[in-house]
Amino acid sequence: MTKSTSLLLLSALGLHAAEPPVPAKIEFNRDVRPILSDNCFYCHGNDPKHREADLRLDIREEALSAKAFIPGKGAESELVSRILTTDEDDLMPPPDSHKKLTPQQKEILKKWIDQGAAYQQHWAYEKPVRAAVPAGKNGVDVLVQKRLAEVGLKPSPQADPRTLIRRLYLDLIGLPPKPEEVAAFERDHSPAAYAKIVDGLLKNPHFGERMAIGWLDVVRFADTIGYHSDNPHNVWPYRDYVIRAFNSNKRFDRFTIEQIAGDLLPDASQETRVASAFNRLLLTTEEGGAQAKDYEQRMLTDRVRAVGNAWLGQTTGCSQCHDHKFDPWTQRDFYSLGAFFADIKEPILGRREPGMLVLDEAGQKKQADIAQRLAALQADFAKARPELAAGQTAWEKQALEAVNSSSLWQPLKQVTAASAKKNVAIKADKEGVVRGTIDAKRNERKQNDGTDTYTLTAKLPAGTTGIRIEALKEKLRGIGLASNGNFVLSEIALSSGGKKQSGKITVSHASATYEQKTFPASASIDGIKDQKNNGWGVLGGTGADQALYLELAEPLAEANTSVTFTLTFGWGDNHEMANLRLSTTSAPKPIRAPGTALPSAEIAAILKTAPEKRTAAQKGQLASAYKQIAPELRELRSKIATVEKEKADFENSAPKCIVSVSDTNKRTVRILPRGNWMDESGEVVKASLPGYLPKPKIEGRDLNRLDLAQWLVSKDNPLTARTVMNRLWKQFFGIGLSKVLDDLGAQGEPPVNPALLDWLACEFMDSGWDIQHMIRIIVDSATYQQVSTSTKELTAADPYNRECARQSPFRLDAELVRDNALTISGLLVPKIGGPSVKPYQPAKYWENLNFPTREWQNDSGEGLYRRGLYTWWQRTFLQPSLLAFDAPSREECVAERNRSNIPQQALVLLNDPTYVEAARTFAARVLSECTGDIAQRITWAFEQVLQRKPSAEELKTLTSLYDKQFADYQKDVASAEALLKTGAAAVPAALNKSELAAWTHVTRVLLNLHETITRS
Amino acid sequence: MSTFSPLTRRAILGHTAQGLGSVALASLLQPQLLRAASQGVLGRLPLPQKAKRVIWLTMAGGPSQLELFDYKPKLAEMDGKPMPESFTKGQQLAQLQGQKLVCKGPMFSFQKYGRCQMELSELLPHIGSAADDICLVRSMTTEAINHDPAHMFMNTGAQIAGRPSMGAWVTYGLGSEADDLPGFVVMMSTGKGRNPQPIAARQWSSGFLPSKFQGVQLRSLGDPVLYLTSPNGVTRERQGRDFAAINSLNKQHAALCDDPEIATRIAHYEMAFQMQASVPELMDISGEGAKTLELYGCQPGDGSFASNCLLARRLAERGTRFIQLYHRDWDHHSLLREELPLRAKEVDRACAALIKDLKQRGMFDDTLIVFSGEFGRTPMAQGNKGPVGRDHHNKAMSMWLAGAGVQRGVTFGSTDDLGYAAQENITTVHDLHATMLHQLGIQHDAFSFKFQGLDARLSGVEGAKVIKKILA
Repeated sequence: MTKSTSLLLLSALGLHAAEPPVPAKIEFNRDVRPILSDNCFYCHGNDPKHREADLRLDIREEALSAKAFIPGKGAESELVSRILTTDEDDLMPPPDSHKKLTPQQKEILKKWIDQGAAYQQHWAYEKPVRAAVPAGKNGVDVLVQKRLAEVGLKPSPQADPRTLIRRLYLDLIGLPPKPEEVAAFERDHSPAAYAKIVDGLLKNPHFGERMAIGWLDVVRFADTIGYHSDNPHNVWPYRDYVIRAFNSNKRFDRFTIEQIAGDLLPDASQETRVASAFNRLLLTTEEGGAQAKDYEQRMLTDRVRAVGNAWLGQTTGCSQCHDHKFDPWTQRDFYSLGAFFADIKEPILGRREPGMLVLDEAGQKKQADIAQRLAALQADFAKARPELAAGQTAWEKQALEAVNSSSLWQPLKQVTAASAKKNVAIKADKEGVVRGTIDAKRNERKQNDGTDTYTLTAKLPAGTTGIRIEALKEKLRGIGLASNGNFVLSEIALSSGGKKQSGKITVSHASATYEQKTFPASASIDGIKDQKNNGWGVLGGTGADQALYLELAEPLAEANTSVTFTLTFGWGDNHEMANLRLSTTSAPKPIRAPGTALPSAEIAAILKTAPEKRTAAQKGQLASAYKQIAPELRELRSKIATVEKEKADFENSAPKCIVSVSDTNKRTVRILPRGNWMDESGEVVKASLPGYLPKPKIEGRDLNRLDLAQWLVSKDNPLTARTVMNRLWKQFFGIGLSKVLDDLGAQGEPPVNPALLDWLACEFMDSGWDIQHMIRIIVDSATYQQVSTSTKELTAADPYNRECARQSPFRLDAELVRDNALTISGLLVPKIGGPSVKPYQPAKYWENLNFPTREWQNDSGEGLYRRGLYTWWQRTFLQPSLLAFDAPSREECVAERNRSNIPQQALVLLNDPTYVEAARTFAARVLSECTGDIAQRITWAFEQVLQRKPSAEELKTLTSLYDKQFADYQKDVASAEALLKTGAAAVPAALNKSELAAWTHVTRVLLNLHETITRS
Repeated sequence: MSTFSPLTRRAILGHTAQGLGSVALASLLQPQLLRAASQGVLGRLPLPQKAKRVIWLTMAGGPSQLELFDYKPKLAEMDGKPMPESFTKGQQLAQLQGQKLVCKGPMFSFQKYGRCQMELSELLPHIGSAADDICLVRSMTTEAINHDPAHMFMNTGAQIAGRPSMGAWVTYGLGSEADDLPGFVVMMSTGKGRNPQPIAARQWSSGFLPSKFQGVQLRSLGDPVLYLTSPNGVTRERQGRDFAAINSLNKQHAALCDDPEIATRIAHYEMAFQMQASVPELMDISGEGAKTLELYGCQPGDGSFASNCLLARRLAERGTRFIQLYHRDWDHHSLLREELPLRAKEVDRACAALIKDLKQRGMFDDTLIVFSGEFGRTPMAQGNKGPVGRDHHNKAMSMWLAGAGVQRGVTFGSTDDLGYAAQENITTVHDLHATMLHQLGIQHDAFSFKFQGLDARLSGVEGAKVIKKILA
């Protein structure tokens, strides 16, 4: 189309949407407030800093005292003359605001003043009023029909059974019905048939999944932190909590309280603590150079916006910098609300903690069992052991000798240390002690294969005859990094000189203060470094320092010889040394380990004290130290180490969730002038509830999150029930009663049917915040059960179907588009809950992620076929086929998803391996489950997808497609085979490849249909 | 509105509650209009449209203006001396916060380029050769100081996620002239260096605008557009049969239920089928000829910034409205002396080639080119790891603009003696947005979208100003 015609068209369309006539009786909230709010409040509203001419129009008294208008006399009022004037200097709104009143709006304002300029409190801040509904009648129907009568519309007829059951399935569980279920429903003419379906679906465990999708958007649930590196945080147990909450019909007030303050409840449990992960779902950063104060402020504002969006239907964001211009929110309200979260224990910058263990019943049993076994062993170990006395005396003598001869050894203080694989981060301190810690990030990313090699370098004195490598326990559980405290030194090699001139230094003998059975010291110098079971190990002796003594074949000739020590730890499972210290001696050969390890400095001091002068405590310390090496206790020590390892392994692999933990040391919250975190001149504020809403009087103590949560779901709060019901309405009718779901304030839209929204809110609260009760009312209504098709007249009168004189068709949510295809193909794995999964994603989609760089590894097996809501939610790069269908990145709370219709959706449904695989698996079902001719098979497939039979024309289109594709593939079997290799699912060997490929095209077309991804 | 059925209007709204303004709907009223999907909401533009399209060269990581664009002899004198506290007291710093601040003189020399005698780094000889065509701005400032928020601010005018990127705003306002290619395209390249900062997809998000205005990433590896390629074994002919069957069945269904969303879907299936051909054609630069490849300094399929510049020109020719190239790895906290020349080399020639190429095709006058990072770098040294570099900085940064009614051969604004803060003609990111919109014919303070009760604007609410002085 040419530019000129398009311009013509544009101007023909213009901006003049048909305006309804000016009502006879002007109502402030419905007619006037939207005009004032959009055009006037910015300069004449709630925000004093931005108020012009000292005039505010949002409060009648103020407007009157400023002489803005004379009630009853529109023509004489300043306001009216200012909006009607042609003088640009006087005109309101001023031309530079780019705001312009329509003639109709001007007329409304004048008429309103003529009629007395009555104000109403903004509708959403008044308590909802429950309209009278005759007993036994459905409130939705009564109030919708009342409104329809007012606007002169009639309800539409009931939809046919097939449409109804499909609608119910998609709305309530997000999965399509089976053709048999549809047929049974069509046959069942009993009055209870519909209710039976509803009952069944509300009890179906997939109901919770369906309901969770919307809530997870609202609370911005995702698997990653959002900023910069966008690394993972552990929160998926929260997602499962939400699913369970909907399935068990947890009352919404309790649901709210658990999420905001589940940790503060007197009966706090694992369940409520996991719920409190809500407070941790916000965006966080690990970026270097980020300033704590900056992010403290970002996190506070993020949380206030979340509460505003999820419960209050209020846009609070602008009060970060100034009082709200349209609603009564003040900047103080904003920061005071943020102060409720100042007790949450969390790092402001950097990595989140792994989180609380979240155990199911079996897990809890196992945990208790391990704890019990460990306690029993430890109690056994702690028993007084008089039988060890003789051994202890001998050890004391040996140990004292070791202490005394230790003067022959000089520790090396200047050591450099590096690990080859960086699975263990190692570093030498000023005293030459090398400390290693397992790199948690690598562990998390499963990049740690459990082995590593340490390279240490130091300058050794001339005449060195022996080298000692001590493994120090310090405060660790053991002297190795393995979860049982052990290590296995596969090999140690020494070389002299730098890289260029290296010479091997031969070790003639190795001995140790302790050797694990079959893991002798000698195995560490036998030249074998790549056999798992070959090396020096210390299990049974991990509770005390141990040392390896190396005797050099030849004393070092040169002074300051630079020596490189290469320590290979090849056993795996992080059997590396934790802390180690190098020492040298020039004592004459042989260099042998003493009978016992050099005791710690503390024990050494006790040993030097004459026995009779030792205190009882010192004696106890000696006995404990001896227990760590007493040969008699060797077995017991090994047992303890084994159970400790079992415990550590259990805890490492158990699900975890970051949750709210209250810190008595709260962060200071102050009002930040203009939102500037560097400006600390603002007043410090305590947690308090917004000033403009009714709230309980709490005195004598600071308010906490529990107070906030209880206030949100108190019956005095006019916003929460309305906000939640408005969102729920959207799920079943495609659009909210007030269409701006996240703003019930002045700039939102007054509900199209205020009595209905109020009734729903009241019924919701009166039912005890029972979500399933409300859903039942909605889906039981005749309003819900209407056809979604329209008539010309109806469309003309109510183009956006705001009055609900019919149902609306709308596209399925992103996750459900996927679930639908997987269900039809038979691939869906209906498992509920668990860690997020990684279905197919294009390679390199994450190439712009860093710290670290990552590649998405497709899951194998059932992880490929789970419902969409379990897909790994990477905030900065959301799985692209979900993204194409408007799944939000969940960086911010989203009450309302876009519902777009874009070319990328066609590419996804046609080419994403998920859908190609679904099509070919579905095709295999067609061939193996339906034995008819082509027409019968197409009909069968059609019924699987759309639960109806194809028309003759549809049948013809698909038959012709099948014939052409089949003929084509018969000539090109290689292509058929290539197509059938898409995806991981097996191809049934018995089927003809060309036939299967041709059917794959038919099923692919079916999965792509508009009707397939639409709920009508 | 009376001549058009409201049902059709609803189609366009697509049941989105936060719908477009009524003009936005106009473009989509007829299937043939839908196909082109080329009209924006603005219709007749209030200002003369100097720029028909934008090519934004984003140097991600924050290139050092002190080595590239803003020569400071006084800073050279102060090299190694403490940074005077009068400059830095109470200021926001990133990694240098709380550390000893020492001046670091420019690490490369500068020279005068062109008739206009523009002072630029020795590292940018090719851009220097185009000095008479560009406008260098030395007085840009930003609000953010960490990469992620700074990119967000530069792209969306806000540091909070969820706002539309400029490319989305512009295609929303103006539509696109490309029938079978996206209107807002993003391409990435990475310096052959160290460890580049990540870039999030939200940088080209449509935010609260309809998803169709989202930037589409053209990738050099794998499918150029995600899911573009038909499955193995499915030839274009076989794919075409499926498309035809889908559209035929959708049309049959539309006749029954009269849901206008179906017409939209049919149109988008057609566009998708066309994209499957047009995008590979676009991406294939092998037919450009040795001379052009030599001009840019690239090879087909090398995924380089230079290749992307050439692709940007091809997109511009095909009517794409907003083209944004990211070149990553400019974050030189350390090793600046070693790494910066490599990055400069990767972009210098291609930037100049793009200007030259657009000029010779007569497209320079209506293409707005912008070259910028997300923030500047400090005059203070940073040496936390390895040899010296510079920290993030938001008080001063340099950038350049070219083409489309922007002054040529001009240096605008300046910083103080040590290059710490912009001093003369201080400009902000919102000013930049206002100016870019202005060149596109859009009045920035009247271009808004209702979001969360506010008239949200790209250029913010703080009174951004068009930088008139840099406009011809």
